[in-house]
Amino acid sequence: MRFWTVSLLVVLSVIGIALSDANNYFFFAGFVVLQAVVLASAWNILGGYAGYVNFGVPAFVGAGAYTALSLHLSFEAPLVIQILAGAIFSGAVGFLVGLLTVRLRGIFFSIATVSLVFIFETLVMNSSFLGGATGHQLTRPSDIPFFDTYTRYLVVVMVVLAVISVAAARFIQDSFVGRGLRAVRDSEEAAECSGVPTLKLKLLACSVSGALLGAAGAPMPMYLSYIEPASTFNLLYAVSALAMPIIGGMSHWIGPVIGALILATLQQIVTVTISSEMNVLVVGVLLVFFVVVAPDGILGLIKRWKASSK
Amino acid sequence: MESILQITSVSKHFGGFTALNGVNLQVGAGERLGLIGPNGSGKTTLINCISGALVNEAGDIHFKGEHISKLPAYQRTRRGIARSFQIPRPFRSMTVLENLLVPLSYVRGISGKEADEIAEEILSGMGLAPKILSECSQLSQVELRKLELARAMAAKPDLLISDEAMAGLAGAEIDEVLAILLSLNDQGITIIMIEHIMQAVMSFSQRVVCLDAGQIICEGTPNEVVANEYVQRAYLGD
Amino acid sequence: MFFSWELFFEAILFGILLGGFYAAVSLGLSVTFGLLDIPHVAHPAVLLMGAYGVFLLGQYGLDPVVAGLLLIPLFFAFGAFFYRIYYSIFESRGGDNVAVNGLAFFFGIAFIIEVLLVIFFGVDQQSAEASYIGGSLELGDLRIPYRLIVAFIVAISAATILSAYLSKTFYGRAIKAVGQDEGALRLMGVNPVSVKTLAFGIGTSVNALAGAVLLIVAPVEPTMDRIYIGRTFCVVVLAGLGSMSGTVFAGLLLGITESIVLMFFGTSWAPAVAFGLLLIMLGLRPQGLFGR
Repeated sequence: MRFWTVSLLVVLSVIGIALSDANNYFFFAGFVVLQAVVLASAWNILGGYAGYVNFGVPAFVGAGAYTALSLHLSFEAPLVIQILAGAIFSGAVGFLVGLLTVRLRGIFFSIATVSLVFIFETLVMNSSFLGGATGHQLTRPSDIPFFDTYTRYLVVVMVVLAVISVAAARFIQDSFVGRGLRAVRDSEEAAECSGVPTLKLKLLACSVSGALLGAAGAPMPMYLSYIEPASTFNLLYAVSALAMPIIGGMSHWIGPVIGALILATLQQIVTVTISSEMNVLVVGVLLVFFVVVAPDGILGLIKRWKASSK
Repeated sequence: MESILQITSVSKHFGGFTALNGVNLQVGAGERLGLIGPNGSGKTTLINCISGALVNEAGDIHFKGEHISKLPAYQRTRRGIARSFQIPRPFRSMTVLENLLVPLSYVRGISGKEADEIAEEILSGMGLAPKILSECSQLSQVELRKLELARAMAAKPDLLISDEAMAGLAGAEIDEVLAILLSLNDQGITIIMIEHIMQAVMSFSQRVVCLDAGQIICEGTPNEVVANEYVQRAYLGD
Repeated sequence: MFFSWELFFEAILFGILLGGFYAAVSLGLSVTFGLLDIPHVAHPAVLLMGAYGVFLLGQYGLDPVVAGLLLIPLFFAFGAFFYRIYYSIFESRGGDNVAVNGLAFFFGIAFIIEVLLVIFFGVDQQSAEASYIGGSLELGDLRIPYRLIVAFIVAISAATILSAYLSKTFYGRAIKAVGQDEGALRLMGVNPVSVKTLAFGIGTSVNALAGAVLLIVAPVEPTMDRIYIGRTFCVVVLAGLGSMSGTVFAGLLLGITESIVLMFFGTSWAPAVAFGLLLIMLGLRPQGLFGR
């Protein structure tokens, strides 16, 4: 109950800020940070809980974004429909990727997911409908519900998605599904012999993770008023999505949230004050640092500190 | 004794290598069966085909009258086949107790307090009571083996396959594990034991089967099998 | 799409040369990932380091191939040192998330290398200069660029030498064995960690020469490592882990396929070829064509 109370408060606060006079820049940045929360939580369902490292996050996010674009171009579909469609399509891609796990573990699975990024990018580049390599412009609807700017509206949408994503992770973690996934991660063979339907659980984790990633990608064309393949299918997002749960801690749903808030905010600050190249360095360094020094993330550090102070 | 497990003409190949070649075996309900054979004879492959970790290419496996050859491993566990692994595979991110909660919820659908109680009971029965809340990394070899068996027991199996549960253990520890297996059999559980430790196999089994190069070369009482010339040749070479 | 047999054969020829090149840049990975099972997604980044190192020496007038050969000892030392660090961090520790962490580590390293290259060399493309870059061999109507021939020769030589070392010398065979049976090595009195250090050093030093080949074939820029993840892993997976001759064959297969796609479908489809082949291979036969 406490979770939902806090979530409701968070959503209401964001709505409040969106209705206020705050500087427009905060909303540009806020969208990115909240999107990071969705990505990190979604990634962790498969990566942290089940132990399958998805390095193709841009493929799923991009799939959501381009699905949204297609619906916008073909039917002028409202944003909510775009998001739903993006989620369904990416969820289906997730399901197919889940089928791959029957044969592929560890690095092979990760390499397969990277392959998707480049394959999707190539498909988009060869599609004139989707804008090809040069990309596609979009016009935002002029009729904005409730808020001064469309970006503020998108921020509210994104915070709702963030709550949904975190809630999904929390639900899976606390349910018997969560324990089953941990068994899969610790030893798939032993899990099967303990009655765990490993394939079904992996398919569930892949589909849910994929769907949430797609939902996070769907508002992007509207956010940027523009979409093109090179920046959408950028491997930097793959590394960031991986870094955030590792920094925060992969064993609990709050870890990715912490990691996302810290890293995404840091990235915004660095991009604005130094350069976007430094952005890449920050992610790389933090990732390596945490993997080497604190592989259980900030949550792990807190646990160790608590245990030692007893 | 009616048979609980029927293996008929089961074969399994890996590339060009034949691991199992037309194996026929019947196991009676409540029986204590010893499975021996030199390394590479196909014992683990046979176990894997029974438990579902591998799928046999030819032949059939029937368990409690049901044809299980095409079932995935978790379904076979739910029907009553449990196994331990040669190299223990505990769920390392979970405590000893939590390890048992997995089969309790996924095989028997029991969770919450009831599950905790049943798990504690099983673990106490194996002498693991003081380690119930420990992390797996804090367990000794023999304790890990016991955890394997405890976890298999939590699934309330009708057939338990013990895959070299005593390998690498010292004298008193072997006796401990042996006593556990005997008491489980007393409760009516059919046990197939794979072991290299001959004294254990001899004292435990009612019947012994010897595999070599993917085929059964001898079947009978422990004394008969050990005296058999083919068995001696298989182990000692020509 | 216009098909002609002439174009087809030209594509095949070009593909063979390209394939030799792909084999060269994947050899190091065949050792580090193929034989040692290390999730070395930073291999293409190290390859780029080799290319930029050669470029740097080129500024002082050194021929790329010579520069590549000179850098081999330096890269070997770097590789051996790096493996010791990797070993003490990952392979000697246990822990819950070893697989995730190893992979994440190398992704992080790859990106750090990328950024450092941008800082030192800038984002623009850099190329090498040599007598054989720019000219072509003329055979009838075909023009075969000299640089591709040089790359091909270097590639095949390196592959042959490496393959011979691994099958004919004691330590070479130890490297082949260490991925599969550490225990046996220990029984022979050989320290597996030393063997792995040697292997990782060799795998890294090949990148000095392979980097030279990369620079000879085309201009380089710092984010190139990303697409080479696909190409190199495609070759190594296609070959089957640990097979050096398989690496050459798989490189040729990739080169020819990419070349044909390039010729008849255009450059916009070429990037997907390596990844597409990789995905198909992983889906159908993960152990590769010649795998162990």
